[in-house]
Amino acid sequence: MTDIRDDAPAATAKHASATQNAAREGLSGEGDTLIARSVTINRSRDDLYRFWRDFPNLAKFMENVKRIDVRDDCTSHWVVAGPGETTVEWDAQITQDVPGEAIAWASTNSPDVSNSGRVEFRDAGERGTVVTATIFYKAPAGFVGKLIAKLFQREPGIQARRDLRRFKQLMETGEVATAARTLKQREEEIA
Amino acid sequence: MRALTWHGKHDVRVDTVDDPEILNPRDAIIKVTSTAICGSDLHLYDGFIPTMKAGDILGHEFMGEVVETGPGSTLRKGQRVVVPFTIACGSCYHCGKHQYSACDNGNPADNQDIAQELYGQPMSGLFGYSHMTGGYAGGQAEYVRVPFSDVGPIVIPDGIDDDRVLFLSDILPTGWQAAENAEIEPGDTVVVWGCGPVGLFAVQSAFLMGAERVIAIDHFPRRLELARRFGAETINYEETRTYEALIEMTGGIGPDACIDAVGLEAHGFFADNVWDQIKVSTFTGTDRTHSIRQAIHACRKGGRISMPAVYGGFVDKFPLGAFMEKGLTLKTGQTHVQHYLPGLLNAIVEDKIDTTFLISHRLPLEQAPDGYRMFHDHQNDVTKVVLKPGLDRVAA
Ligand SMILES: NC(=O)c1ccc[n+]([C@@H]2O[C@H](COP(=O)([O-])OP(=O)(O)OC[C@H]3O[C@@H](n4cnc5c(N)ncnc54)[C@H](O)[C@@H]3O)[C@@H](O)[C@H]2O)c1
Ligand SMILES: [Zn+2]
Ligand SMILES: [Zn+2]
Repeated sequence: MTDIRDDAPAATAKHASATQNAAREGLSGEGDTLIARSVTINRSRDDLYRFWRDFPNLAKFMENVKRIDVRDDCTSHWVVAGPGETTVEWDAQITQDVPGEAIAWASTNSPDVSNSGRVEFRDAGERGTVVTATIFYKAPAGFVGKLIAKLFQREPGIQARRDLRRFKQLMETGEVATAARTLKQREEEIA
Repeated sequence: MRALTWHGKHDVRVDTVDDPEILNPRDAIIKVTSTAICGSDLHLYDGFIPTMKAGDILGHEFMGEVVETGPGSTLRKGQRVVVPFTIACGSCYHCGKHQYSACDNGNPADNQDIAQELYGQPMSGLFGYSHMTGGYAGGQAEYVRVPFSDVGPIVIPDGIDDDRVLFLSDILPTGWQAAENAEIEPGDTVVVWGCGPVGLFAVQSAFLMGAERVIAIDHFPRRLELARRFGAETINYEETRTYEALIEMTGGIGPDACIDAVGLEAHGFFADNVWDQIKVSTFTGTDRTHSIRQAIHACRKGGRISMPAVYGGFVDKFPLGAFMEKGLTLKTGQTHVQHYLPGLLNAIVEDKIDTTFLISHRLPLEQAPDGYRMFHDHQNDVTKVVLKPGLDRVAA
């Protein structure tokens, strides 16, 4: 079979399997779903890298991440909202760390919610930095799990795009935009 | 507080709702002193704009007094400000290019999905204009939470009446940008479809930018009279065959630049318009588009089309062939209000631009539903309704 690959990112392929694509993006670990989203942020690579490398910061813009505790320089503990009122927790190990360029991590000891991720920062001249986040994971309970995830507006493709937009807002404007009018309304939105 | 809320087609009410609060560092709270009903609000009133929710507070043209500020605001309590209808952060790539209505960050992340799917890219947030553009509460209320208050609102010097500056919030910069987008050259004949507030400001702006002639089209005698007052020649499209008149009035050439200031609710019963209306009522098309079609048809070869008018979705029977063959240019978009504010405020202070001629009715906020009905039903006489919270009840 001839390889007629083009130059588009692996996650935008129509056919190739997620596992093959993940390998192309330099991700390891187990999974059946690959998501990659890019956003351009008007800040330097170093600023963005530093903010992201401090893992507890991720909870400020990742809607479903309730808390990330740092265990040691390479290990963090993630507490993430699942469907309904549930939470899911796992440990993640940093698998790659290139200051100002890329950070990759993978969950350990969590066969049910096996996932790995990578974020890459590339110079974009006067536009700032292109940030590409790639997430590779095994959907909980396969198809049914995905369906539930979608129902709860937690479908990771959309979720990743929204999270990156919030990251951009926070880094460019110092705040996350909200259309709420009152504190109570905003709390209801976040809940 | 009291606020004008939307409940469905032709159903707006003044309700009591919770006061707004400071939620982000750069916020300010404005106590509204004047707020206007816009032609764009009629699109909401008529139920043409998707993603509205019952209880949404309308209004994107407002000004008032600063009563509270977040730590990141540059405003001070007591200042009088006019607030742009576009919510822009001032620090993203587009804001850096002064393309404020394309701001990446003015629209909350979740609300950006709708426009991303529908248009390919999300737009900035707007006050009081559906959830696709943010779902922000609008200014037809006693108080408004204004995000990014260090970037948008312009401070008004003492001694300048609300009525003179209120329209900086939208329609004056919109008319100005419409004329700028027409790239007017000396000697040009510019045609403006629609003599609503946007069209009338486009007429004034076109002359200030050096147009030799401006021809204004509408069917409301009073609105045509206002256009004539600024030096425009007029066409009443109910009395006159517009295309033929335009060709004759330009010696067979056609106008150099055409401005469509009508938008998705074009009036009139032209053959293609009836077809559009049928499609609207059968939900097979969203926009009625006579004016833009006619502008493309009449425009001279190599001419320019400027389209401040709002269109919401997809358009059928767009004359792509004429557009291509004649080598036309089309410029459009929501107005980059922040970009024009200092210059236009100056022009008002120096009496180069008058905006007060437009105001036909002043009502208290409590009578806002009357204002909508009047503006909707009697466009000849009702050119602009300004709502003032606290004003005494008037007979309407
Ligand atoms: N781009 C922006 O940022 C922006 C800002 C404000 C308003 N707008 C849009 O600009 C448009 C005009 O706003 P407005 O407040 O002046 O509205 P308006 O409804 O007061 O005025 C429209 C005028 O067009 C006339 N008209 C209708 N059909 C016509 C036709 N076939 N030919 C000629 N004239 C016709 C009407 O009689 C009316 O006087 C609307 O679509 C509005 O949504 C855009
Ligand atoms: Zn308006
Ligand atoms: Zn911006």
